[in-house]
Amino acid sequence: MMMEPLILPPVPGLRSIDVYEAHGGYGMLRKALAMKPEEVTDEVKKSGLRGRGGACFPTGLKWTFMPKQTDKQKYLCINGDESEPGTFKDRQIFEFNPHLLIEGALIAAYAMGVGTVYLYIRGEYNRWIAMVQKALDEAYGRGYCGESILGSGFSTSITIHRGAGAYICGEESSLMNSIEGERGYPRVKPPFPAQFGLWGCPTTINNVETIANVPVILRLGWEAYSRIGHPKHPGPILVGVSGHVNKPGVFELPTGVLLTEIIEKYAGGVTGNKKIKAVIPGGSSTMILRGEAIEGVTMDAEGLKAAGSSVGTAGMIVMDEDTDLVRVLTRIAGFYHHESCGQCTPCREGTGWMHKILKRFETGAATMADLNLLLEVANNIEGNTICALGDAAAWPVQSMIKRFPEEFAKRVMPTAPQGGGAAGASARGATESASAVGATSGTTLSPAHS
Amino acid sequence: MLSEQHIAKIEELKKRYPRPQPVILAALWMWQEEHGWISKEGIVEVARLLGLPEYHVYGVVSFYTMFNTRPVGRHKIEVCTNVSCMLRNSDRILDHIRTTLNVGTGETTPDGRFTLVEAECLGSCGTAPMMQVGDEYYENLDEAKVDAILSSLK
Repeated sequence: MMMEPLILPPVPGLRSIDVYEAHGGYGMLRKALAMKPEEVTDEVKKSGLRGRGGACFPTGLKWTFMPKQTDKQKYLCINGDESEPGTFKDRQIFEFNPHLLIEGALIAAYAMGVGTVYLYIRGEYNRWIAMVQKALDEAYGRGYCGESILGSGFSTSITIHRGAGAYICGEESSLMNSIEGERGYPRVKPPFPAQFGLWGCPTTINNVETIANVPVILRLGWEAYSRIGHPKHPGPILVGVSGHVNKPGVFELPTGVLLTEIIEKYAGGVTGNKKIKAVIPGGSSTMILRGEAIEGVTMDAEGLKAAGSSVGTAGMIVMDEDTDLVRVLTRIAGFYHHESCGQCTPCREGTGWMHKILKRFETGAATMADLNLLLEVANNIEGNTICALGDAAAWPVQSMIKRFPEEFAKRVMPTAPQGGGAAGASARGATESASAVGATSGTTLSPAHS
Repeated sequence: MLSEQHIAKIEELKKRYPRPQPVILAALWMWQEEHGWISKEGIVEVARLLGLPEYHVYGVVSFYTMFNTRPVGRHKIEVCTNVSCMLRNSDRILDHIRTTLNVGTGETTPDGRFTLVEAECLGSCGTAPMMQVGDEYYENLDEAKVDAILSSLK
């Protein structure tokens, strides 16, 4: 499974444009400019590249949604809001290979006929924003960016747009509202961004890592690229590993690599040689897996789907046998409650209720009926909100209840009736408890603390 | 008021967008950089510079967690307590800072030197536990490291 790193090659000083150029940097921009824009899109389409921000949508196909004939300005937004708990990969690109990102952005802009690119970076990453800005200034200085790039007649600008602390702004329509200077509320889709995006103009939103793959595709050719890793989800992927491992970090690996191999070989194994109790494979929104269930599971869209989860951002969180999973889930629920934008009632209220019920489990004040209630709240959020934050809040709860029922069972009040379990509570009982939560929630569901 | 340089920068940034409104976050950042927090005066000034209603600027300020809507200490300490940091004992770090500075989360030391807050995931999961102070990330923390960092921040 070894592979030469393509996104984060271990070249000292690669952040500087001189070093980047000495290693062939901006050569792929020249190559692209000599091609027809649709040929570039076709190359990306055939490579099989799928978005690295979480949804795994085919990138080339997304680009073809942009109208070719239009009087309107076209936009490309690059999503570097990177806020999914367990995710710290785009940061590595900003720090170690920002020119690859810039070159990818220019090629993508050319392919789609985009004249303006906004690179949205989370506000907390101010140090990394400075690094990317420096690289961008260098790129402008050498004529790679701006008016008639390398004399081609093609012009595009790239502007860094700094966020200000809101997980939701990583959702693409929310990101556009944030750029427009609105509150970062997600938009109802359709219309989709390619038809009605920034200021109502055709817009494509791609993740930072996705864009960084574009020059690599042109360099290797789509055929060679598509042979890296899993055939249905090919290419290099930046896998972040955190939690109870000896060597946490970001590892560039081919898709299709075994989760066990990532943990053992790259992340140095579990701390203290303990057993793995659970793994969250792709950031906190993805469904949790039991430690014993990760055997044979691979890091790609197909493999994780079959295992009952998803790739997400490939930010793996490893938890050893002594981990208090109720506490972990309570923390995750608290996060989504804090980050819910408040636009949709099921998410705004439901995330708070879930957090509150989980607090009861954490403190030993819960009954088994609470488990049913918790699940019902999660089920009522899923699919009933404008954006995917609702689903992202529901999935960890649903998967934890399904896959780790014993973790909840041992946390209920000792005096509570134990026999019935989650299945024992009637639907009517659950409804009654739901209204009870609603009735008392006014005191605790104040706007999220920071 | 905002400094001349920042006002000039705002004018430059306006050229990067088809209308002035998108510069709102950048302008608020500049105000916070100069004044430490976004006061009513800051909201009025940003609204004036961008030709926006004040209520809109206030709405934006209140939406984003990084804008301080109250004065904060010279150093705002943000300790990540999300899952990856929690698994690597961020609680101990937070408790240690609370005890050392004798403040609760959300509070400022009486000398105005530090404000302590809990933060959501800051993208340092591989170098947990961590805290952010200003723009600086401090990673792979333990109690001794925290002590050294705190005493270096005057």
